[in-house]
Amino acid sequence: MYRFRFVLFRPLQLVPVLLGISAITFVLVRSIPGDPARILLGSRATPETIAQIRAQFGLDEPLWLQFVYFLKNLVHGDMGRSILYKSEVLGIVTDRIEPTAVLVAGSVLLAVVFAVSLSALAATHKGRATDHLVRMFSTAGLGFPAFWLGIMLMMVFSVRLELFPVSGYGDTPLDRLHHMLLPCLTVALALSAVLTRNLRASMIAQMASDYATAARARGLPDRAIFWRHVLPNSIVPTVNLLAINIGWLIGGTVVIESVFSIPGMGQLLVRAIFSRDYMVVQAVAMVFACASVLVNFAADIATVAIDPRVKL
Amino acid sequence: MIAAGVPALRFGRMPRWAGPLPLTVGIAVIAVWIVLALGAPWLAPYDPFLQDLAVRLQPPGALHPFGTDNFGRDILSRVIWSARVDLTMGVIGVAFPFLIGTGIGAVAGYFGGAVDLIFMRILDMVLAFPFLVLVLAILAILGPGLTSFYIALALVGWVSYARLIRAQVLVVKGSDFVIAARSLGYSHLRIMFRHVLPNSIVASIVFAMSDIVLVVLSGSAISYLGLGVQPPTAEWGVMIAEGQSYISTAWWITTFPGVAIVLMAFGFSMLADGLGEKLGLDG
Repeated sequence: MYRFRFVLFRPLQLVPVLLGISAITFVLVRSIPGDPARILLGSRATPETIAQIRAQFGLDEPLWLQFVYFLKNLVHGDMGRSILYKSEVLGIVTDRIEPTAVLVAGSVLLAVVFAVSLSALAATHKGRATDHLVRMFSTAGLGFPAFWLGIMLMMVFSVRLELFPVSGYGDTPLDRLHHMLLPCLTVALALSAVLTRNLRASMIAQMASDYATAARARGLPDRAIFWRHVLPNSIVPTVNLLAINIGWLIGGTVVIESVFSIPGMGQLLVRAIFSRDYMVVQAVAMVFACASVLVNFAADIATVAIDPRVKL
Repeated sequence: MIAAGVPALRFGRMPRWAGPLPLTVGIAVIAVWIVLALGAPWLAPYDPFLQDLAVRLQPPGALHPFGTDNFGRDILSRVIWSARVDLTMGVIGVAFPFLIGTGIGAVAGYFGGAVDLIFMRILDMVLAFPFLVLVLAILAILGPGLTSFYIALALVGWVSYARLIRAQVLVVKGSDFVIAARSLGYSHLRIMFRHVLPNSIVASIVFAMSDIVLVVLSGSAISYLGLGVQPPTAEWGVMIAEGQSYISTAWWITTFPGVAIVLMAFGFSMLADGLGEKLGLDG
């Protein structure tokens, strides 16, 4: 019953956060230097036309009312028009979601595979050379600039060994996978460093716990103890860590999309900044913020679903 | 007669001033970077802007240990001069968020009530955004450049410090010495800055060291994207961007600046780890 109520009412807590996100983007776009009406009119600006535009877009209304209009448009999916692409912002952004989503999902998948294998290796060889190597990787990995790592991988695997395309996104699903492998690997290397640090420590703690000792006393083989008991118990905090790092992960993909020329939202954001396409900047920032809030929300739910010990 | 309390001779042990190994390594690495940054005019073999088209795209060799770029500029000299830019970027990029965040966190934690509530709600909103996305959005409004980057960092980065300090202040403000200070009639300002803050700030200082890593990485990434430090200034991110067109013929242009970023980040990571260990903090 508690669980049911949690799933039902927890989404309500999202409302103030989403309102906050809208408020910040609203304030951001309102702080563009200069009068929006004057910018829109350019050389045609006369006192009369400015007043007309101001009335037309509600710019002469009080600020709180403008915010209400802004929210109303948002609910109707109206995020304004792009000055660069000359079309509705919403359509431009939704077209770009797929590559970014593939990049994020692929990176997370690879990072989890790396992190689980590396931490398992380190935890079962604690204090030995393997463990030290893994710890070195997890410390050094944090300080690697992702854009540089991407270029280095590109240099080795695409230019020298000619295993992967240098950049772009591809046309068929298989071709896209081929294009996305190197970018995903780049982001995953940095992310797995973060995860490994945490997962190794929690695996070591779980291996020393009473239930692991009890399982060993019952004569279970070490492999079975590790995969059946230690791993499921140590992975829950890692799921949360993954969710907390989603913002950082999104930041990383923005840069990586520019390195590998992937037509995703990150590349769209960077181009929009150069062309001062404020409506696009606003929309992408909002989509990214909502995505990271929703991922954290999903992780909360997932933790409850996976771990029966979590008290609500 | 042998005086009591003379310490036993301790051969083969680290001298007392030496901290944990990561701290020593971190300080050493950072010291080397500071020397390179300050001594750039004397240590760099060439002028970082000197274009010599006769030696363009030279691989690493005796005359140019790190090779030359497409304008014939010496990569080693440019890497050394960049240390100035990136080190300054790290320090300034952390100083403002640190000061603003500490101020806000201390006031919010100490006074509580409506002030606390308002600041914490703003903090929640800022935290909902991915860090780099919000920094980029602010850069879009202010226009590209290093000054805009610092302003963006100050607007976004204060939240981590405010949260850290506030949590500490909440613990410290209930302690006996604060109650004693108040019963002595000290003003709130005096108690806050002379008594509460010094006892709450350690975790933030350690965090600031690891935050420098984040700032240098995002600063060079933003410069790589063309939104931060502008060419022809020698900066690691800018150099990597300039060299990307030549990765099939001249690997050295992009490789060495990246190694430099990694080494600077390594130094500050070690410093943060060691400092945390020495001061008995976890993580």
